[in-house]
Amino acid sequence: MSATTDTHLPALTESEDEAPRRSFYAQHETTIIGTISVICFLFFWEYAVAEKWVNALFTSSPLRIIKAGTAMVQEGTIWQDLATSGLEFGLGFGLATIVGVPLGILMGWYRRLNAVLEPFVNALYATPRIALLPLIVIWFGIDLGSKVAIVFLSTVFPILVNTMVGIRTVDRDFIKVARSFGASDRQLFTTVALPSTVPFLLTGLRLGLGHALIGIVVGEMYGATSGIGYMMAVAGATFQTDRVMVGIIIIAASGMIMTQMLKMIEMRFEKWRVDSRG
Amino acid sequence: MNTSTMPKMQARGLRIGFYNERIKKRLNVLDGIDLSVAEGELVCIVGPSGCGKSTFLGAVDGLTRIDGGDVLIDGHAVTKPGPDRAMVFQHDSLFPWRTVLQNVVYGIEIQNSMSKDDMNGRGRQLVELVGLKGFEDHFPHELSGGMRQRVNIARALAPDPELLLLDEPFAALDAQTREFMQVELLKILNRAKKTALFITHQIDEAIFLSNRVAVFSARPARIKEIVSIDLPKERSLALKHETRFRDLQAHIWRLIEEESARTGLVTAS
Repeated sequence: MSATTDTHLPALTESEDEAPRRSFYAQHETTIIGTISVICFLFFWEYAVAEKWVNALFTSSPLRIIKAGTAMVQEGTIWQDLATSGLEFGLGFGLATIVGVPLGILMGWYRRLNAVLEPFVNALYATPRIALLPLIVIWFGIDLGSKVAIVFLSTVFPILVNTMVGIRTVDRDFIKVARSFGASDRQLFTTVALPSTVPFLLTGLRLGLGHALIGIVVGEMYGATSGIGYMMAVAGATFQTDRVMVGIIIIAASGMIMTQMLKMIEMRFEKWRVDSRG
Repeated sequence: MNTSTMPKMQARGLRIGFYNERIKKRLNVLDGIDLSVAEGELVCIVGPSGCGKSTFLGAVDGLTRIDGGDVLIDGHAVTKPGPDRAMVFQHDSLFPWRTVLQNVVYGIEIQNSMSKDDMNGRGRQLVELVGLKGFEDHFPHELSGGMRQRVNIARALAPDPELLLLDEPFAALDAQTREFMQVELLKILNRAKKTALFITHQIDEAIFLSNRVAVFSARPARIKEIVSIDLPKERSLALKHETRFRDLQAHIWRLIEEESARTGLVTAS
């Protein structure tokens, strides 16, 4: 046979280690510029308060927020609030995953089950779940139960709907391959449908996360005895702007960190999707 | 070729039609295909676009319902996919969540025909056969198109099918890679000693690879002509420049052109 093919493989593998060397700045330009812009903003904010351009009672200032934060840590109440909110989030989000993923899979796989449940899912998905809060408080009281319920309701639909879409949009070519090897329905499900749904599922979790945080804050502001949202409501009512700001920062930071973590996992799987379409 | 033995694959008067929703009518795609492939033979199928070549291959694989006639593998009628056949699709369709090795052993896993150790041993053997030793634990997105198509071929070969069905496997590759892959496929098939049915749009590819080329007519497809490729058994890319190769090419091209003219795809001159 021809020897020409022998040159083929090495030529292909060469492209593997072509990562070009770039300077630290060039690699992280966006991050560096972003950081500088945030720092400038914080300085300007502090300066504007110090120069009395704005009233610190309304706007607070970076230093005041830090001071309020340390005071709250020293008082120790912040831990109680964090624990409450954390527990509400953990239980609600966990429950939503446990219910949403299997139900989404079943609804994606069984057309009839989907027909039965779809009207309810659609109606509830379209309703802002916060609107259900008065009902939920009547049913579950103002303690843990109502917050878990609102977080659950906020989160379960994005998770469920995305999982369902994932199962339904399995690549037809993958199905053909599996069928061609004689795969049974059950094998098709475990070896093709399930794994190809993972990226969709992660998107569902990420979307659910945002809804969950809204649920916690609003739920606690509406009626609670502790939690970050409760703390913010009390501080707001007593004009302690600094403490409200601390609450905002805690919520924003936890949202960003969790979203970022899920995004990183998602990216890993996203690489499958994009590149598999050669 | 030993004509006294039973053909590996035999299609007898194969007819397939589909109901077309848009025009609310049944369309005949295959209108009585007779074709037999002997053990160890590589037969290419060419024909005008949309003439039903893939449908035919789907029927041989057992994925497509047959309306009339039958397909025999070793004398037994095909009703569903089986481990004696394997399909290589045009889109490599490698599972992106599986490594190269895991992709290759997929068929064995589905057919549950080997222990885990044997399966992985067989998988490694095939990865080596298609020239990808060292890439066992890579993921498909880390491979080039040509390499992915090799994995695709290895995946089809893994359950040790007797008949390999290839549906334009190189269509998505660039011209150069495609030529290399043609040589590579012949090597692989020789080593693995397989019978193969190969669909392509490229006439030169068909001639280069096969013992015989079956030319399908425009839809509803029949066999227009079966061209015996009387070229030396040892094939190299240089062959493509020889007069006999070009004559065959011109001949087959004329056949397809005639058929395409019938569908209005090409205006008759």
